[in-house]
Amino acid sequence: MSIIRVENLTHVYSQGTPFEKVAVDNISVEIGRGEILGIIGHTGSGKSTFIQHLNALLKPTSGRVFFDGKDIHASKETARDVRFQVGLVFQYPEYQLFEETVFKDIAFGPKNMGLSEAEIAERVHEAAGFADVPESLLEASPLELSGGQKRRVAIAGVIAMMPQVLILDEPTAGLDPVGRESILQKILDYRRETEGTILLISHSMDDVARLATRLLVFDKGRIAMDGTPAEIFDRAGELKAMGLTVPAATEIALALRRRGVDIPESIYTINYLRKQLVSLREGGGAC
Amino acid sequence: MLKDITLGQYFPGNTVIHRLDPRTKLLGLICYIVALFLAKSYYSYALMALVLVTLSVLSRIRPKTLLSGLKPLIFIVIFTGVINLFYGSGEPLVQFWIFKITANGIRTAVFMVLRIMLLVCGTFLLTYTTSPLQLTDGLEKLLAPLKVIRFPVHELAMMMSIALRFIPTLIEETDKIMSAQRARGASFDTGKLTERAKALVPLLVPLFVSAFRRADELATAMECRCYHAGIGRTRMKELHFAARDVVALALCAVLIAAVSVLRHYGL
Amino acid sequence: MTDPILKIEHVSYTYPEAEEPALRDVTLEIARGSFVAVLGHNGSGKSTLAKTFNGILIPTEGRVLVEGMDTADEDRLLDIRRTVGMVFQNPDNQIVASVVEDDVAFAPENLGVAPKEIRQRVDDALRAVGMYDFRLHAPHLLSGGQKQRVAIAGVLAMRPACIVLDEPTAMLDPIGRREVLATVEELRRERGMTVVLITHHMSECVDADRVIVMNGGRVALDGSPKAVFSQVETMRAEGLAVPETTELIYGLRQGGFDLPLDALSVDECADAIAAIFKKD
Repeated sequence: MSIIRVENLTHVYSQGTPFEKVAVDNISVEIGRGEILGIIGHTGSGKSTFIQHLNALLKPTSGRVFFDGKDIHASKETARDVRFQVGLVFQYPEYQLFEETVFKDIAFGPKNMGLSEAEIAERVHEAAGFADVPESLLEASPLELSGGQKRRVAIAGVIAMMPQVLILDEPTAGLDPVGRESILQKILDYRRETEGTILLISHSMDDVARLATRLLVFDKGRIAMDGTPAEIFDRAGELKAMGLTVPAATEIALALRRRGVDIPESIYTINYLRKQLVSLREGGGAC
Repeated sequence: MLKDITLGQYFPGNTVIHRLDPRTKLLGLICYIVALFLAKSYYSYALMALVLVTLSVLSRIRPKTLLSGLKPLIFIVIFTGVINLFYGSGEPLVQFWIFKITANGIRTAVFMVLRIMLLVCGTFLLTYTTSPLQLTDGLEKLLAPLKVIRFPVHELAMMMSIALRFIPTLIEETDKIMSAQRARGASFDTGKLTERAKALVPLLVPLFVSAFRRADELATAMECRCYHAGIGRTRMKELHFAARDVVALALCAVLIAAVSVLRHYGL
Repeated sequence: MTDPILKIEHVSYTYPEAEEPALRDVTLEIARGSFVAVLGHNGSGKSTLAKTFNGILIPTEGRVLVEGMDTADEDRLLDIRRTVGMVFQNPDNQIVASVVEDDVAFAPENLGVAPKEIRQRVDDALRAVGMYDFRLHAPHLLSGGQKQRVAIAGVLAMRPACIVLDEPTAMLDPIGRREVLATVEELRRERGMTVVLITHHMSECVDADRVIVMNGGRVALDGSPKAVFSQVETMRAEGLAVPETTELIYGLRQGGFDLPLDALSVDECADAIAAIFKKD
């Protein structure tokens, strides 16, 4: 059974004013338990507005959102409860840190859930472990940390709520290759250990290509494509027409096919491309 | 949404009022306020109201738009009116318990309400027809004589224009931080007053931290663009008084004179 | 290329209250009209290096010469800053005015340029970055890429000989990145400007004349993009990725393919690989 179901969701900003804008236009989609869902689309495609409906931060102009079969706007309590079940890490989350210590900041979410001191402490330590925040930093002030550390603390602050669904909006934005790699690896580790559902919003096709089991492509407030990474990156031409890029590996594979090298379409990681080329040369055919 | 708040909103246009030098408009507003405080009779208030209506017609700002600016102040206007209503001296028209309403009281109340409304609408007319940059430019030029006593006129004007530039940015940022904290279960709109005040900490701390970071980066960027206070600075758009400004200022003088004359004759 | 626009001579810099120096004995020359990319992970000293180029930071040891002017000489500071323009990461924090054209006018106004000429410079700069049609817009309503182009125009209005961009695309989406990089490319081609681009995106360095890799406050590698990126092991040891094309070729070489490591662009890379299959 799906964990989130969205039915005919529409969101209009500043309705009834000259600035009226349809940000999300009649979207219906189901998100399965345990999926790693990549969401791509350029700025203004509606993806940020869309995800803020999944934890009831925004109310639909029309349409409904179900979490675990229940309408999340059924009552005030369900709307609040879904905040903790669907954890949302915003873009540049390091700017939301406010407490005196890293520990207290990570504890903010669990505290709002009304957990006991002991439970809170346990969750903080566990979340810090997931997000690779060293124990020695827990008593430091968030302001003293480096940019990458701050980001991991902010992510830990959401993980500490133990949400069933974790949504990350551009978690690697502005990081250098090392910082990126470590965050992506942490997301995979977290997924493996918790078996939770993950939604990853990213401009970086290489990031989503590596992680996601399924991709949604947003364009003009609608879902333009929905499929596995292989299916989506097969349609490189359409993606480019929407102002999106394709992963570098897909780009190279396309260039090779144009030159008559017989490798399959739908290649989207460098590793896979390399394996294909090696086996093509050795065995005279792609694997 | 916070984004919907308008602060000193500017409606671009090309009417004679829009084209007036900002200094003229600032001086004009001062004259208007002086005249308002000189006004003592229904006649002079009628004259003041007429002036405002004429200006709003000339600037193509609909009276409805002007009046809608009063909405947030409605409580203050009513409060002032009611207080003044009970403070008149003379023969009471109506009396109950310790309250009495006199003809004098009604008069004062009506005048006070009119004065606040005209004053606010006049000020809005200025901000609606003058871009923030023109306003700060005008202010800087008008206050220039104060430089003699080392009053930091240029710095003040620069501060104002940077503040205006960053208001939308900070409003957007406030929205973002609020959403992020609400995603962690914070609530900003429920609970007792003390709880609500406490709930603001997760919002205000990041906002301040971010504002300081922005200030720091902005200062560096300004230095890189050769900013060194007002020394030897020129402007791309220089302010020029035109014939219409002279006429406008003359009309302002006439207005003050007219209200003074009316006052002299007890009207 | 005999006359470098920037000379960095044995520069070290330690931030106040910091224990470790951020720059250690860096010596470089930047040739007039060249496109230099500076790479390095966060904390490698690349941004600190950039800030010494126009006197925002004064070296604690050594000196920086801009067209022969020492950045420590306060009397020449304005001349130095108008020669080396600087663009930063966050476009929001560089724009001072509420109208695009007023913002672009900021620097020439500070320099005391005559009003008529400011108008000319502003229009010229806005056209150069393709933002002329937006001259009367409010900056906060523009996209990230557009804002960053306004910031570049604001620097161009000083008519600098050299423009230093400190991670100008880090906060932009792919469309914004493309806009900004295309603008930078045009400045170099059409105006012959010296461009120093600080970045951690490998793909942005492929077209540079020269790539400088910083690590631990020192210059770790310095050479043409092909020369630098073919040192895959060194790059990895510096905690840096190499472009995907190099990554692939490096992997294939270990699998017995006889490929040149310096095939950097997608087409070069595909050509080289396709050639091998033809030979077979």
